[in-house]
Amino acid sequence: MAAINRDDVAHLAQLAHIEMSDDELDRMANELALIVDSVKSVSEAAGDDVPTTSHPIPLTNVMREDVVGHVLTVEEALSGAPDSADGRFKVPAILEES
Amino acid sequence: MSVDTILSFEEAMEKYEPVLGFEVHVELNTKTKMFSSAPNVFGDEPNSNVNEVCLGLPGVLPVVNKKAVESSILIGLALNCKIAPHSTFARKQYFYPDTPKNFQTSQYDDPICYDGWIDIELEDGTVFHVEIERAHMEEDAGKLTHMGGSTGRIQGADYSLVDYNRSGVPLVEIVTKTIEGAGSRAPELAKAYVAAIREIVKNLGVSEAKMEHGNVRCDANVSLRPHGQEKLGTRTETKNVNSLRAVENAVKFEIQRHAAVLDSGVAITQETRHWHEDTKSTTSGRPKSDADDYRYFPEPDLVPIVTTAEWVEELRSRLPEPPAERRKRLQGDWGYTDLEFRDVVNAGLMDEIEETVAAGASAAAARKWWMGEIARRAKLADVDPAALGVSPAVVVEIEKLIASGAINDKLARKVLDGVLEGEGTPAEVVAKRGLAVVSDDGALQTAIDEALAAQPDVAEKIRGGKVQAVGAIVGGVMKVTRGQADAGRVRELILKTLGVEG
Repeated sequence: MAAINRDDVAHLAQLAHIEMSDDELDRMANELALIVDSVKSVSEAAGDDVPTTSHPIPLTNVMREDVVGHVLTVEEALSGAPDSADGRFKVPAILEES
Repeated sequence: MSVDTILSFEEAMEKYEPVLGFEVHVELNTKTKMFSSAPNVFGDEPNSNVNEVCLGLPGVLPVVNKKAVESSILIGLALNCKIAPHSTFARKQYFYPDTPKNFQTSQYDDPICYDGWIDIELEDGTVFHVEIERAHMEEDAGKLTHMGGSTGRIQGADYSLVDYNRSGVPLVEIVTKTIEGAGSRAPELAKAYVAAIREIVKNLGVSEAKMEHGNVRCDANVSLRPHGQEKLGTRTETKNVNSLRAVENAVKFEIQRHAAVLDSGVAITQETRHWHEDTKSTTSGRPKSDADDYRYFPEPDLVPIVTTAEWVEELRSRLPEPPAERRKRLQGDWGYTDLEFRDVVNAGLMDEIEETVAAGASAAAARKWWMGEIARRAKLADVDPAALGVSPAVVVEIEKLIASGAINDKLARKVLDGVLEGEGTPAEVVAKRGLAVVSDDGALQTAIDEALAAQPDVAEKIRGGKVQAVGAIVGGVMKVTRGQADAGRVRELILKTLGVEG
């Protein structure tokens, strides 16, 4: 089995802001280990002559010219915001008093 | 908040050697953002320059701005970097409301530019060779305003407001290798390095390069180690350093603070520090997290950037002369002393003098006018000399009028006034104001006869051989002609009238 244990999952859950119970951590550690193992078999299939790829489609240099296009109005931009004030997105205080 | 004890800079230098490192973020001045076609404009109404991509809405696809890639390569070339033949984007994941996608699109293990260098010249001519590790492309974050609380700072805020206009603005992050051996010049080098980067990106035309607008931002890394020790000390990274003076002060403060901490036998905490301009000190930010906490992975929505030699060479051919080399060349061409040249640079008049010389004035005349009368009038008007409204062509024309004898230096200043008051070209001002030198000997002779008659005792002295007394008569003539006479010619005529050899 791959080297992914319960502590790794707990750490990832904390970084990803996902609250997980002890049972969930146990189950996910097993499932993730299995997934990592499965993905690993791709590396085994590819020989040294196959370069690392970051993208499944062999495309490069997909770029656009520097020309202004579509822009939202302020109202449209804020329409999905849970809360707003003064034309800006309103979010909870980020740090507690330190 | 506790106040940190610090050691004097001299004592810190006696005991420790500072090691520096800089991360400078440069905002590019493209018309649109890095990955979306929304406008890249500073200072507009909040959230008026955004679209779905900048807001990180579900299902959107980023597309790379070609101009931003080319600007990044230009910066790399100006910093003597290698340009990667193959370069990819990566996601840097963290949760913070300034980043609506919950990741910043950046570059990780294959930046577009790497392995460069830049020579930094300090004021006394000492040169430091600074090596550049990498310059990579990424996007800026939104702007947070912390509301409530007493200080407007993040601590104690009730809530925060977010403007995403800056979200997605193209950034190039320039990272140095560790800089050793600066010793007590470290704060000065820090300032000079950031100044040089700012000058280069401005000269390239790829950034507005205004530190007060956040176009160029510096994070300064400082660590200390006892003299003779090879192992690097623990570093801190000071953020929010938004002026050249602040860069110098922040590095100096951190050196003094580290020295005091180390002297007390305590280890330095690796952390982010925030610079405060009001107290000229830093305070602790968040502890530095491990790099792998960002869980970088290749951006699946963007394909690699491949640079051909042809493309890179085409961009290289667009590079302007490097600022430091240009300064050396101009000082040599103009024959100014170090002091004269530094004054010109500090006054921001190098471009104007270069244009004036190119338009036909001598270097000495160009300096005389720009650093003299024009700078003086600009100071009175409280504007930059370059913005006063005098063009290089005006300076050249005034100089020609002087050389031809049409006007003298005193009249030239009145001509300049006329030009600034919108009365036309120097020649037009001379005609309209009747400023031409009186060269009609008949008119001058009348004025001389009157002046001699008004001061008979002086006339007698001159006749008796006291030629230096002629000045008083010349003064009288100049007064009558309102300065519009050629003083040399007047002197000749007076002596001739009195039958005295000059």
